[in-house]
Amino acid sequence: MSSVNEGADMSRPDGPVVLGIETSCDETGVGIVRGHTLLADTIASSMEEHARFGGVVPEVASRAHLEAMTPTVESALAKAGLRFSDIDAVAVTAGPGLAGALLVGVAAAKAYALGLGVPLYGVNHLAAHVAVDQLEHGPLPKPAIALLVSGGHSSLLLVPDVAQDVVSLGSTVDDAAGEAFDKVARVLGLPFPGGPHIDRAAREGSGAAVAFPRGKLDDGTLDFSFSGLKTAVARWVEARVASGETVPVADVAASFQEAVVDVLTRKALQACARYDVKDLLIGGGVAANSRLRALAQERCDAAGVRLRVPRPGLCTDNGAMVAALGSELLAAGVEPSSLEIPADSSLPITAIHV
Amino acid sequence: MLVLAFDTATPAVTAALHDGSRVLAESTTIDARRHGELLAPAIERVLGDSGATLRDVTAIVAGTGPGPYTGLRVGLMTATALATTAGVPALGVCTLDALAYAADMPGPFLVATDARRKEVFWARYGDARTRLDGPRVDRPHDLPGNLPVVGAGGRLYADIIGPSRVSGPDHPSAGALAALAAEHLAGLSPDQARELARVPEGRVDSVEKARELAVLGPARPIYLRRPDAQIPGVPKKVTA
Repeated sequence: MSSVNEGADMSRPDGPVVLGIETSCDETGVGIVRGHTLLADTIASSMEEHARFGGVVPEVASRAHLEAMTPTVESALAKAGLRFSDIDAVAVTAGPGLAGALLVGVAAAKAYALGLGVPLYGVNHLAAHVAVDQLEHGPLPKPAIALLVSGGHSSLLLVPDVAQDVVSLGSTVDDAAGEAFDKVARVLGLPFPGGPHIDRAAREGSGAAVAFPRGKLDDGTLDFSFSGLKTAVARWVEARVASGETVPVADVAASFQEAVVDVLTRKALQACARYDVKDLLIGGGVAANSRLRALAQERCDAAGVRLRVPRPGLCTDNGAMVAALGSELLAAGVEPSSLEIPADSSLPITAIHV
Repeated sequence: MLVLAFDTATPAVTAALHDGSRVLAESTTIDARRHGELLAPAIERVLGDSGATLRDVTAIVAGTGPGPYTGLRVGLMTATALATTAGVPALGVCTLDALAYAADMPGPFLVATDARRKEVFWARYGDARTRLDGPRVDRPHDLPGNLPVVGAGGRLYADIIGPSRVSGPDHPSAGALAALAAEHLAGLSPDQARELARVPEGRVDSVEKARELAVLGPARPIYLRRPDAQIPGVPKKVTA
């Protein structure tokens, strides 16, 4: 056990193998990495069970995690061509996230660590979203700025070292960006989850059709606000319906989406400028949005900032990101977590591991 | 035989090791809010206290509830994950059965635990080993008959059921859970135990399964309630 904790060499082909477990929301994610090499990334999602409720139901998600964990772990091992005895450490999302859902993953991870006699690493979900990019694009420049946008989070982070030092620069003061997509999708009669449906509808519309408000754009902070935007869209749609006109769904979707990605990318580049950082990473489920990717690329090019966005499968919640951060902690020689760690639904980003 | 048993379906986080004839070690902490923090260390402790390792364990048994879900899942997830690493079966025993076994009452009685929301999880027993009805979830004044009530559910609602009916231990002990499981495992071959632990394909109705009255089954939760969730109607208007 001690040998893996003395600073592992990430480039070694026989480096430590880390099993990562993610259950902070509706995805049961299990990933296996060796150093920066992804060996398996398996996901069971309960999204279909939530869709009819128009949002993730915590108890439904927690029940699904318990059902899915063992088959998902076994499938990840099979995909990696490994056995339990090949696992050198177990990493798990300890927070932030849905308390009951997190607890299933934490209980599983503790049992795997205890059963295999290997170290446990309880890690921060947001830091894991940053660390996962290294599986695809290699070591992260130090420092980097990270913009994490999902159904549960909208955060700007300064990342001097993903294993040791992550600083929060700003976050949403109300709704997460992905949450705004879900709520606007409902107003437009599009299915849950809203992100992909709005993205698709927006391709047929104009982002300049309706001038929706950009919350907190010039307030000097790096915080976000999407609640007012969501309400503005709802008001606009209701006014159209009240006057007997049809709602131009594509134009509303495109204009709403433009307002969100405009603020996200502007503030991300403001952060890069303010901290004189030349590398921007975007992660989280909303990073799969095609307009966000395009506008971010355009503005990064103009500002001379290098943009890194993992492929969509690594942007949404997954176990590989947790394994990637666990692997990083091992390499940095960080002390493993105790078997007494709690699941912390509001774990701050200053706690990269617990 | 070496049975590792634990239960997290009530405020008690309890773990024990049983060798087929006696409890070798037991650890119980009452804390309704820290199941996830307390269970793994408790398992380490009972193994350490008995000088055993997980490699020596031949079966893992967890209480399947009914009980508040978040805590309940900690025990069942732990049992399932530990069992896959150890290559032994993960079995489940109804938590109320373990309480009935521990109470060791001669005649008929009820077991009731706190189901929150002013309800109790309960079952009716002919004797310490024989469940006749349940588990079910009901309001305490709907509990049948004038039978004694074992468990914290009775004590909590003593004013409703009548103080004289309150009886037995409040919470299950893993020692009793392990002893009850060991009695049943004694007559089984390893293959038979493995077959009992097997989770059927697809999702089965855990309520029906739970009421089949068999003591040993797969380590699956008995929920008895559907998740709280409402299918939304049309979006609320934001303009007055």
